[in-house]
Amino acid sequence: MGQISKRRSSVSFDYSAMSFTPPSDPVNRKSEIKVSQLCELCHCRKALLRRPKNLQKVCKLCFFHVFETEIHNTIVSNKLFHRGEKVAVGASGGKDSTVLAYILKLLNERHDYGIEIILLSIDEGIIGYRDDSLATVKRNQVQYNLPLEIVSYRDLYNWTMDEIVACAGVRNSCTYCGVFRRQALDRGAAKLGIAHVVTGHNADDMAETVLMNIFRGDVARLEKSTAIITQSTGSPIKRSKPFKYSYQKEIVLYAHYKKLDYFSTECSYAPEAFRGTARELMKNLEMQRPSCILDIIHSGENLVLKPKRQKKISPSEVMEVRSDGAVSLGRPSKFVDGNTCERCGYLSSNKICKACILLEGLERNRAKMTLDTDTSTGGAARLTRELERLTF
Amino acid sequence: MVSVTVEFLGGLDVIVNKQRIHQVQIDEEGVDMKRLISYIADQMITNKNDVEVFLEDGSVRPGILTLINDTDWELEGGEGYLLEDKDVISFTSTLHGG
Repeated sequence: MGQISKRRSSVSFDYSAMSFTPPSDPVNRKSEIKVSQLCELCHCRKALLRRPKNLQKVCKLCFFHVFETEIHNTIVSNKLFHRGEKVAVGASGGKDSTVLAYILKLLNERHDYGIEIILLSIDEGIIGYRDDSLATVKRNQVQYNLPLEIVSYRDLYNWTMDEIVACAGVRNSCTYCGVFRRQALDRGAAKLGIAHVVTGHNADDMAETVLMNIFRGDVARLEKSTAIITQSTGSPIKRSKPFKYSYQKEIVLYAHYKKLDYFSTECSYAPEAFRGTARELMKNLEMQRPSCILDIIHSGENLVLKPKRQKKISPSEVMEVRSDGAVSLGRPSKFVDGNTCERCGYLSSNKICKACILLEGLERNRAKMTLDTDTSTGGAARLTRELERLTF
Repeated sequence: MVSVTVEFLGGLDVIVNKQRIHQVQIDEEGVDMKRLISYIADQMITNKNDVEVFLEDGSVRPGILTLINDTDWELEGGEGYLLEDKDVISFTSTLHGG
């Protein structure tokens, strides 16, 4: 894999040399356009798409304008940024974060937010997936001339996802990865002295999350899940989602028309099955009525639950039993936001944070010896997949 | 006979030999999008198990964005659109993680 030095920011960008094939430009241009085919905003160019939120037919230029302006409005009306703020974009190399980095840079220049943008990537250590997507982020760094910081699971936890999967199996991979990534983003930001991380979560993701929390009956998460800014008390780092109201379809179209270089391969380990179900339902609902995505977000925002009555505290709530059988005593009787983990100092509602508990379990199972043909470095996920495909 | 460019983007190239851009020629008269889609499913997708990644109930799966010369195919008549020489048809998966 080609290593690109972190400080190579002034290099002119060459598509062919950096393994990105942009989509082809159409050659067939209709000379005659019917009035009904015209853009409903400028009335002079051919409409290329129908906006899912209001079914308006718009041309490419008007689409760029309304799409960017709506994100600007979301940023301004929610007061997401303040002048002089350092903002880290959680960059995975995927479509959402790539478009987010591009648009934030554009809007910051156009509307003079006065913010400093840094790309922050997490290297989970998944060979054949994350190394390729990080190559995309490194190209983005050059293309958009933004500084990049990569934080790896290897450095933070002394484990890569490939090793974790080899040790704990592919079934639990998303649990580990999700818990570790959340912390990793915060730690990466803290390391850079940044107090604000923006992520590329889009309207489809938000609506899916609302549906998932309803299906699971997870009322505690339901109320918080639609907030545009999330911050735990005691945490110096806030997170926000400028694409909260942006349709996935429009993000993909924007990337397509702007020929943005993004990475699009499914993670080598099992995709989140439950989210998949919600996603499928969401896509089918969207086909029937495209505005339903925003409708679901709106419903989620307006759902306020009746405050719960105080329960009597049972002994099991006072004690905390960990996976190795150890018991922590004197846990506060109710959930307190802003507790910190005894071991790593990260925010945690329990005495020991989830990541440390998972690490503890992993360390106990770490192989004492390694085989000569260590598959974990060759991408355990790939091997597992290949083995699964074998038939006799 | 019609000759068009077909692109598989957003990770969809995995179902067609990991090649993003294909030149497709169909030796028939009046080839519409419906025919092109069945041609892709029958002739271009190498592993038949991958057909369901592309199709659902005989048409393009929701979540795959279909563009005819950069225009959303809904605005060009969808499956009934008659292909012309040099048209660029692109299929982009929108479902992969961001």
